[in-house]
Amino acid sequence: MKQQELEKSKEYKYGFTTEIESIRAPKGLNEDVIKFISNIKEEPKWMLDWRLKAFNRLKHLKEPDWQKPKYPKINYQGLYYYSATKSSTNKPKDLSEVDPKLIETYKKLGIPLLEQKRLSGIAVDAVFDSVSVATTFKDELTKKGIIFCPISEAIRKHPELVKKYLGTVIPITDHYFATLNSAVFTDGSFVYIPEGVRCPMELSTYFRINASETGQFERTLIIADKGSYVSYLEGCTAPMRDENQLHAANVELVALDDAEIKYSTVQNWYPGDKNGKGGIYNFVTKRGACRGKNSKISWTQVETGSAITWKYPSCILQGDNSVGEFYSIAITNNHQKADTGTKMIHLGKNTKSKIISKGISAGFADNTYRGLVKVSSKANNARNYTQCDSLLMGNKCGAHTIPYIENKNSTANIEHEATTSKISDEQLFYCNQRGLNQEEAVSLIVNGFCKEVLQQLPMEFAVEAQKLVGISLEGSVG
Amino acid sequence: MLDIKNLSASIEDKKILENFNLNIKPGEVHAIMGPNGSGKSTLANVLSGRKGYVVEGKVYYEGNDLLTIPIEERAQKGIFLAFQYPIEIPGVNTNIFLKTSLNAIRKFRGLKELDALDFLKLVKEKSKKLKIQEKILSRQLNVGFSGGEKKKNEILQMTILEPKLVILDETDSGLDIDALRIVSEGVNSLRDKKRSFLIITHYQRLLDYIKPDFVHVLVNGKIVKTGTSDLALELEKDGYEGVSVTK
Repeated sequence: MKQQELEKSKEYKYGFTTEIESIRAPKGLNEDVIKFISNIKEEPKWMLDWRLKAFNRLKHLKEPDWQKPKYPKINYQGLYYYSATKSSTNKPKDLSEVDPKLIETYKKLGIPLLEQKRLSGIAVDAVFDSVSVATTFKDELTKKGIIFCPISEAIRKHPELVKKYLGTVIPITDHYFATLNSAVFTDGSFVYIPEGVRCPMELSTYFRINASETGQFERTLIIADKGSYVSYLEGCTAPMRDENQLHAANVELVALDDAEIKYSTVQNWYPGDKNGKGGIYNFVTKRGACRGKNSKISWTQVETGSAITWKYPSCILQGDNSVGEFYSIAITNNHQKADTGTKMIHLGKNTKSKIISKGISAGFADNTYRGLVKVSSKANNARNYTQCDSLLMGNKCGAHTIPYIENKNSTANIEHEATTSKISDEQLFYCNQRGLNQEEAVSLIVNGFCKEVLQQLPMEFAVEAQKLVGISLEGSVG
Repeated sequence: MLDIKNLSASIEDKKILENFNLNIKPGEVHAIMGPNGSGKSTLANVLSGRKGYVVEGKVYYEGNDLLTIPIEERAQKGIFLAFQYPIEIPGVNTNIFLKTSLNAIRKFRGLKELDALDFLKLVKEKSKKLKIQEKILSRQLNVGFSGGEKKKNEILQMTILEPKLVILDETDSGLDIDALRIVSEGVNSLRDKKRSFLIITHYQRLLDYIKPDFVHVLVNGKIVKTGTSDLALELEKDGYEGVSVTK
């Protein structure tokens, strides 16, 4: 059985497929498909118009090709843009109505939707292909006025908030993939934290691609109103398939006065096999606006999966004294490629940004840090500190650091540090001599290398991420 | 404990050890002295399993063919090498390194792995005994350590990992008297009927503090003379040349 074979594979333990009946939109990208999506989601007309506007814009856009990892042309007409399990088409009202097969799938992935309540203080939204299947802890959050729900639900129930903020950080005209997402996005999470509320638990979304030939286009919108705080985490996995699958998400964050958003990602999409066959194209647009004064947005990402990772979680520091942070670990092994980094756009006075990037390359992989620090003429006393470290394992991989600095203000203070190092045989021998095998040694050294970033993750996920770091590099030294 | 028979080692066609023989019994302390380039460090490297040497001959460790055992397993089975030049590993906290190492070894020995609390208690106790400042344990492994700190750290690791066979590779080089005393006390405190030591050194100085059962003189990859601790004093007086001539 194919299913069993997949499960046996140690290389990627999330590579199984769930056999479940699904409903799909007709193949291809056109107005009818967009209408189909909008219709099945019971969206109001303004939403459909918004999507169509994006679609019309898309016709005039070209896919960017300035990135370092090149890929074969994607046939956008050969993809399905909507796939949902039959059982979730009639939106389940609570967990007891969710298809047991789905619950089983998430359990296998380590996301126990049912036990969630007793196990940990984390609220989870689970997105399976194109649809959110379950959101836990809803009642408790509602008491505090916090909205945490699938974005499709928010469009119906909280149109005023969605209308006010959707597309204000990533305009529908932004660039090819962002515009594509705006036209066809299916689901994702919506979070609103009311004024002065500190979200009492971690919010988390777990994305799973299951169906083949399907693109996943999720959309997440998080709004932290004045003086509020939220910590949000997303995780992702996908089955092992020979084809490359496209994941083009948009994530928008808005922090108003004195608000803080901490956004963490542990990305473990299927990376392809040892020879570079298959794997996810992870082309994601993530951007946060520090709109209010003293606001803060902090991105932490641990990117271990995907055939190609291409993303730049960014901060627009509009409010005076606002702070943007970017902590990143990007691990590429075998034939994986990554071109990732951030943009810190300083617009307000006394704005501060910090970039800590750790790139790890092994096998035949290629890892690029690309980052922009931009200081506008009005951003007096802006400060940035950037540190980019690369770690190479073996002689066949590559690491590149491409920092862009655009400064229009003489009071700005911009620092950039970069290092490239290699795990030496001496280091490995020393660890071996202390009883650690090759894999334990590599894991220890690499975890030490990216410690500053791992420390930024919420406790519950730091341990998981640490293990993932070790697993991703298994077999890379030998 | 350790039986080395006709051991030869070469690196890039250069013979460094030639027909080297040595037998170490449980509880014995052997010192190997010799001039630069005599093959002292090569012996330590070959025994611990460092790659890069072409090795012939046999080495039996507790009756097992040592040369076929992977490096980490040799360590797990109780061979500890105190490095002449301890390696820096940036980012890795010394405590975490030591805990990972200890637990790998404990696991191999079928013992329960220590949790953070028990481990810290153990480290506290051992470092206090050795008069090693605990501060260095929270720093990155060997990064920015002085020569003395690096060597003391090796000795601390030794006392915590409780090996059966300790190989000290010129641990005394570059140490001031105080550090030398700490290192020696560490070694002496571990001496017992079961644990063996192979002390590789240039100078007699260390042997003032650690009294060996046997002293061997290594010249050009061979033991040219074996004696008791008095031999070390002789060497100090006459130098290595005097010894190799008498042979």
